[in-house]
Amino acid sequence: MARLAVALKEVPVVDVPHVTVRGLRKSFGSVTIYDGFNVDIPRGRFVSIFGPNGCGKSTLINLIAGLIPVDGGEIRIGGKPVRDVRIGYVFQNYREALFPWLRAIDNIEYPLRVAKVPKAERDARVARLVAKFDVKIDLKRYPYEMSGGQQQLVSIMRALIVEPEVLFLDEPFSALDYEMTLFMRDQLQHIFNETRMTMVLVSHDLEEAVYMADKVLLLSRAPTTIADYPEIPCPRPRNPETLVDPVFTQLRGHCLDVFQREVRKS
Amino acid sequence: MRSAASFPIRDSLLPVVGVVVLVLLWYAAIAAKLVDPVLLPSPWETMKAMWTGVADGTLLHDFLRTVERTILATLIAMVLAIPLGIVLGSWPRLYLALEFVIDFFRSTPASAMFPLFLVVFGVGDETKILVATFGAALVILFNVAYGVMNARKNRLLAAKVMGASRARILFEVTLLESLPQTFVGLRNGVSLALVIVVVAEMFIGSADGLGHRVFEAQQLLQMPDMYAAIFAAGALGYCLNLLFQVAERRLVHWSGK
Ligand SMILES: Nc1ncnc2c1ncn2[C@@H]1O[C@H](COP(=O)(O)OP(=O)(O)OP(=O)(O)O)[C@@H](O)[C@H]1O
Ligand SMILES: [Mg+2]
Repeated sequence: MARLAVALKEVPVVDVPHVTVRGLRKSFGSVTIYDGFNVDIPRGRFVSIFGPNGCGKSTLINLIAGLIPVDGGEIRIGGKPVRDVRIGYVFQNYREALFPWLRAIDNIEYPLRVAKVPKAERDARVARLVAKFDVKIDLKRYPYEMSGGQQQLVSIMRALIVEPEVLFLDEPFSALDYEMTLFMRDQLQHIFNETRMTMVLVSHDLEEAVYMADKVLLLSRAPTTIADYPEIPCPRPRNPETLVDPVFTQLRGHCLDVFQREVRKS
Repeated sequence: MRSAASFPIRDSLLPVVGVVVLVLLWYAAIAAKLVDPVLLPSPWETMKAMWTGVADGTLLHDFLRTVERTILATLIAMVLAIPLGIVLGSWPRLYLALEFVIDFFRSTPASAMFPLFLVVFGVGDETKILVATFGAALVILFNVAYGVMNARKNRLLAAKVMGASRARILFEVTLLESLPQTFVGLRNGVSLALVIVVVAEMFIGSADGLGHRVFEAQQLLQMPDMYAAIFAAGALGYCLNLLFQVAERRLVHWSGK
C-alpha cells in the first residue's frame, strides 16, 4: 500500500526507460520477424502495440516476457534479465489460460503459491486485491462456470496478485462482446491509474489502442521496425468524452495513416 | 399424435423400455419356435439359473474370480503405464523413438501373445493376468503419453510466466491437463483386460472364472447356465466402465467444459 502511494506521487514527467530491447533478432524458420530491433518502454506508463496482422506483436511481448527465446539481442527490465523480474501476463484466450481444475480464487492465488508465500499472507493479499475490484463475482466458482468477461477478469487478477513490475496483455478483450469490452477497458484503466505499473497492451482495435495508451507503438510489416511511437497526451481518467477530444481524434487519424501506409507497403 | 410431455413414461424409466422390448422379443422367438428350445431357453429359465448360481455360490465365485483377475491386471497396468506414459509424453523425442514399437504391439491382438506367456509363465493365474496387463498397459501408456504431449501449451506458458519450475509445471499443470485422455486410456484398458481375462479363462486350463463357466456350460449343453454367465460378464463389463466414468466425472470435473 505504501508503495502505491509513493508511486502515485511519482507520476513521471520525463520518461525513464523500464523495458529496454536492443538489437533483438527472431526468426521462425526462414521467416525473419525481428532483425536488430530496438525499443524502450517507459516506466509507469501505458504502451499500446498496434500493427498489421502477423507483424510480430505477440512475438514481441512473448520475447520480452521470456515465454519464447530470442535468437539474439538483449532484453532488460529495470536493468535485470526477465527471469529475475516479477511480471504479469494476460493471454488472449482466457479459456486456455486459467486452470479449470482450480476455483477462481485458487487460480488468483496460484502465482503466490509458486512464489512460496505463506498461506495467511496469500489470503490477505487475495482479499486486498478483490476489494480493489468493484465487481461482484463468486470466486468460489470454477472458471468454466463463469462468463467470458468474468474469466478474463480472474486472469487479470491472477496476473496482478504478484504486484508485477510490468503487466503484459495480448489482445485481452478480443474474445468478449462489446459491452463487456467497454467495461473491461474501464477496469484496466482504473487499475493503471491506481497502481501506475508499466503496462503493455497488444490491441487489434486502433481506437482501443489509442484510448488506453500514453504511447502507441506502431509496427511495420515483418521484418518489423517501428513505424511511429507517438505520445497520447489526453488527460486521465479517460472517458467517452475523450473519444471526441480533438487531440484524440487527430492522433487516432495520424495512427491510422501510419498503419495504412505500412499495410500498403507490402 | 401424443406430445412428448403426455407420453405416459417418465424419462428416467425409458432405459427399461429397451430391456422389456428385448425380453418380449425373446419370448416371441420362443413362442414362434424360431430357435431350437435347447439352444435358447426362456428368459425365465435364464433368470432362474442366474439366481441358483448366485444362491449356491458357484456363479458368484466365478464372477468374483474374474473381477479379481481383471482388477489386478488393470492395477498392474496402471502402475507400469502411467509413470512411463508421463516420461514418454514429456520427452517427445523418446516417444518418437518408441512410437512405432508401442503402436505395433498396441495393434497386435493380445490373444496372440498367449502361447508366448504360457511358455514363460506356465498355465497358472499369472499368464491370464499378465496377458491382460500387457494389453491394458499399452492402451493406457499410449493415451497417457498422448495426453501429456498434447497438453494445451497456453496453460504451460501461463505457469511458466509465473515462474513455476519444470517439476511444478509437470505435476500441477501437465498431468492435470492430460487427465481426460488418461481416463480414455483407463476405460479402454479395463475393457480390454476383461476381454482378455474371459478368453484366457475359457481356453487356458482354468478351473474358475466367468469364461470358464460359459465354456463349461456350453460343453455340457446347460444353456440357461451359459446365458446366465454371459449376462454376468456383461454386467461386469458395464459396471467396470461405469466405475471409471463416475471416477472421471468426480476427478476431472472440468472435462469437456
Ligand atoms: N511458433 C511459431 N512458429 C512459426 N511461426 C510463428 C510462430 N509464432 C509466430 N509465427 C509467425 O510469426 C509471425 C508473427 O506472429 P505474431 O503472432 O507475433 O503476430 P501478431 O502481430 O501477434 O499477429 P496477430 O495480429 O494475428 O495477432 C506470423 O507470421 C506468425 O505466423
Ligand atoms: Mg497476436
